[in-house]
Amino acid sequence: MSDIFKPENDAHVVDAVRWAASGNGKVLDVVGHASKRGLGRLSRAENVLDMSALSGITLYEPEELVMRARAGTALLEVQAALDDAHQMLAFEPWLPGALYGTESGTLGGMFACAQAGPRRPLVGSVRDHLLGFEAVSGRGERFKSGGRVVKNVSGFDLCKLMVGSMGTLGVMTEVTFKVLPRAEKSRTVLLMGAKDPGAAMRKVQNSAYEVSGVAHLPATIAARSGVSDVRENAAQGVTLVRVEGPASSVQVRCEALRALWAELGRVEDLHTANTAQLWAEIRDAAFFTPDHQVWRLSVSPSDGPALAAMLAGSEYYLDWAGGLVWLAVPATDGASAERVRGALNDCATSGHATLMRAAPEVRARVAVFQPQPTGLERLMKRVQDGFDPHRVLNPGRLVLDRE
Amino acid sequence: MKMPTPDATIIARRVDIIARLQAIVPGDGVIVDDNELRTFECDGLMAYKQLPMVVVLPSTTEQVSQILKACHDMGVKIVPRGAGTGLSGGALPLADAVTVGLGKFNKILDIDLDNRCVVAQPGVTNRAITDAVEDQGFYYAPDPSSKIACTIGGNIAENAGGMHCLKYGLTTNNVLGVEMVLMDGEIIRLGGKHMDAGGLDMLGAVTGSEGLLGIITEVTVRVLKQPDTAKALLVGFDDVEAGGACVARIIAAGIIPAAMEMMDKMAIGAMQKFVDSGYPLDVEALLVVELDGSAAEVDDLTARVQAIAEAVGSTFIRVSENETERSQFWKGRMSAFPSVGRISPDYLTMDGTIPRHRLPDVLTRMAELSQRYGLRVANVFHAGDGNLHPLILFDANEAGELDQAEAFGHDILRLCVEVGGVLSGEHGIGVEKRDLMGEMFTEEDLNQQLRLKCAFDPDGLLNPGKVYPTLHRCAELGRMRVTDGKLPFPDIPRF
Repeated sequence: MSDIFKPENDAHVVDAVRWAASGNGKVLDVVGHASKRGLGRLSRAENVLDMSALSGITLYEPEELVMRARAGTALLEVQAALDDAHQMLAFEPWLPGALYGTESGTLGGMFACAQAGPRRPLVGSVRDHLLGFEAVSGRGERFKSGGRVVKNVSGFDLCKLMVGSMGTLGVMTEVTFKVLPRAEKSRTVLLMGAKDPGAAMRKVQNSAYEVSGVAHLPATIAARSGVSDVRENAAQGVTLVRVEGPASSVQVRCEALRALWAELGRVEDLHTANTAQLWAEIRDAAFFTPDHQVWRLSVSPSDGPALAAMLAGSEYYLDWAGGLVWLAVPATDGASAERVRGALNDCATSGHATLMRAAPEVRARVAVFQPQPTGLERLMKRVQDGFDPHRVLNPGRLVLDRE
Repeated sequence: MKMPTPDATIIARRVDIIARLQAIVPGDGVIVDDNELRTFECDGLMAYKQLPMVVVLPSTTEQVSQILKACHDMGVKIVPRGAGTGLSGGALPLADAVTVGLGKFNKILDIDLDNRCVVAQPGVTNRAITDAVEDQGFYYAPDPSSKIACTIGGNIAENAGGMHCLKYGLTTNNVLGVEMVLMDGEIIRLGGKHMDAGGLDMLGAVTGSEGLLGIITEVTVRVLKQPDTAKALLVGFDDVEAGGACVARIIAAGIIPAAMEMMDKMAIGAMQKFVDSGYPLDVEALLVVELDGSAAEVDDLTARVQAIAEAVGSTFIRVSENETERSQFWKGRMSAFPSVGRISPDYLTMDGTIPRHRLPDVLTRMAELSQRYGLRVANVFHAGDGNLHPLILFDANEAGELDQAEAFGHDILRLCVEVGGVLSGEHGIGVEKRDLMGEMFTEEDLNQQLRLKCAFDPDGLLNPGKVYPTLHRCAELGRMRVTDGKLPFPDIPRF
C-alpha cells in the first residue's frame, strides 16, 4: 500500500524520510507540483512526499539581489514578485510546459532539475544562482549549506551538488538564491540564410557586445515559430542574437551586431515583445511535434552545428552559440540513445546528452542522463552513499541503481 | 589553533618515503634538505610555519597519480600547494606529510578562442591566462589581488574572487572543467569545453574544496571578450553610512557595475601614501565604481551613478577621463595590502562576507572591538557583493599582540555570521578560520560536508587539519542513526 505524505513543516519532512529510511525497502518519490516527471527516469518509489505545502517567499530584498523561499513555492509566485521589483531569475529557467504540457512547477524542482535557458552563457546556469539551502538528507537529518551572500568559501559548496541531483541527495526545504535586475530593453537581430550558421553565431558570441542569447533555427524549425517575422523569413534558416540593457546601449550594440553580420546575409531587428516570445520558444524547446523524442546536448560551441545536422536532419536547433543542441527524433526510434551518444563520442571534444522527452518505457530502458566513465560513476555513487545510503529519495531517478 | 599531532611512526619512515618518491620523480623533483624545505614552510598566512617532511615537485599527471597512490598505500598524508599565496593557511605544511608542489605544471595547453576557453596546467598564474589571450582582446575575469603570483589551480582550490566578481562571477562561475587525481591515484575528468558538466555537479563541489578532495592537474577556464570601454568613478563621503546607501541605491537602480569597492579613512590614507591614486584624504569613505560595456552604455550609467551619488550626499566625485586615469584610480586599491604593510609592522587580512545593508552596523561594532583590543583596523570592502577585508594592524614583536589580533579577527568573523554573513568570501577557511566553523554550522551540517570528504578520501589523508575542526572516522559518519522499530510513526498529514 502506498502513502502520500504532505509535510507542513521541516519536522514533518524529517519524520517522513526517517520513516522511509527505517528499512523494509520503503522509498519516497519527492514531488513539488509534479511538473517535471517527464524528465529523468521514473522513480520506482511507491510512496509520495508532496512538498507543495511548504510554500511561500520568506525573504526578498531586491536591493540585496537575494530571495529566500520554501522549496514548494510555485515558480509563478516567485516570478510575479520579481516582476514587481523589475528583477528576474537571470538564468532563464527552462519551463516544462512545451515538452510535457505541465505548469511551471516549484522552486525545489527547478533547482533539482537544473535546466537553464538561453542567457546561460552570459550569466551562468542554475547552479550559479543557488546561494544556500536547507534540506533533509536521505539519512533523515536536517542540514544546510551556503548562505545568503554571493561570495562564500566556507566549507564544501554543497549547493552545487544539490542542483541537478534530481532530488536524490536530500529533500530541499528552503532555498536562497541570487536575483538580478531585469534589463530595460531587449532586442533581437535576425540573420537570414547564413551559409555557416556556426561561424555566424560564434562571431557575435565572441564579440564585445555582451550578447544575452545566440541561436540558430534551421528553416523547418523557424517556420514553426509563433513570431511572424521569424516564420516569414524562415526559408533559408534564421540565426538570432539578443541584446539587453539600457535603451541607448541596446540600440548601439544592435547596430554593431548588424554590421558584423551584414556580409553574411540579410539582417533585421525584432523588438521587445516579439523578442520575449521568441526566446521563450527557444528556452522551452517549443518547436517540436509531440510524436518526437527530444534530446538536449551540451557540447563546445564549435562542435554543435555539425553534430546536430548529422544526427537530426532538419529536426534540430541550436542555442548557446552552438553549445546547446536541441534535437528531435521519431518516438519509434528505439536506438536513438546509442546513436546520439555514439555521435557525441565520435564528433565532440567533450559534452553530454540528456533525453528530455520520451515515453516512460524508453526512459526506463536507456540512460536519460549521460552515463559517466566508470571511475567517476563510482565516485558519484560514494557521494550518494554519504547523503542517502539506503536510496530512499527518488531512487533510480538520476541513474539506474543496481538493485 | 592546534594542528593534528604528527604521527611519529610516519616520520620514522621518512627515508623510505623519500626513496619511494624519488623513484617516481627522478632528478631534483624531491626536496629533502632543511634549507630548501624552508621555502615551503608557510603560505600567505605567515603567522604559522612548519617545515614539511618532504616536498615533491611532479611534472606530469601520471607522476601525481603515482605519488598519491604510493602515499595512500603507505598511509602518508599529503598537502597540495600552488604558489603558496593563500591567506588562510590552506598550504601550511604538516611535519608528517608530503607537500606536493604543482609549480612545474606551468604550461598553457590550448587556447581555443572560438569556444572562448583556455586549457592550462594548474601551476599557470592567474594573470598568465589573461596575458595569453589579451592580444586577441580576451581576458580571464576573476582577478584576485595576488593575480601575478597565484596559480589557477590554487584559485580553484580556494574559489578565488577579486574586484570584478560582482558582475563576472567567482572562480566557480568561470571554470568549465578539470582533470584531477584522487587520493588513491585514480585520475578523473570533470566537465570540459562544454557547459554544465553532466551527472552530479562534482566540478562545483571540487571548486573551493581547499585541497581536501584531490589534486587538480589540468584546468579549462572560460575567457571573455574585453568590453569596449570602461570608466571608473571615485566617490567620497563624509560618513560610511552614506557610502553604504550609495552602493544600495546603485544596485536598486538595476545597475550592476563591473566593480564597486569601498574603503575607510585609514585604508584611504595608507593607499594614497603608498601610491598617488587621486584619492581624497578628507573623506570618511571612498567608493571606486567601475562601469564597462559599449561607450554609450558607460556614459549613460556613469551619469546615473553620479546622480545617485549626489543624491545621497557625496562630497567628492571624479570620473576617469582616460585609461591612464582609470588605472590610476585602481592603483591604490590594488595595492591595499602593501600599503597597509607600510603603516604597520604586521597585519592580519580578514575575509568575511555580510549582507550589504548591514555594513554601517558592522563597521560601528568593529570600531568598538578595535577600541577594546587596542588594535587599529583598516577596512577595504568589495562593497558590491558584501565581502569585507578588515586589515588588523599589530606588531608581532610585542608580546601577545598576535594572539590579540587573532582574537579580534575571530570576533569580527563571528559578527559577520551573526548578521547573516559567512566566515570567508574568497580566501577560504584553511587553518585560520577552521575553529570557527561551528559558529556557522551545526554538527549535522558539518557531518554532511565530511561525508563528501569520505567519498573522495575515506582515510582522511588529503590536507588534514584544514577547514574542518575534527575529522570523524568515515565509518562512524556512515552509520545511520536510526534503526527500524524505534521510530515514532510520522505525525504528518497523509492522504
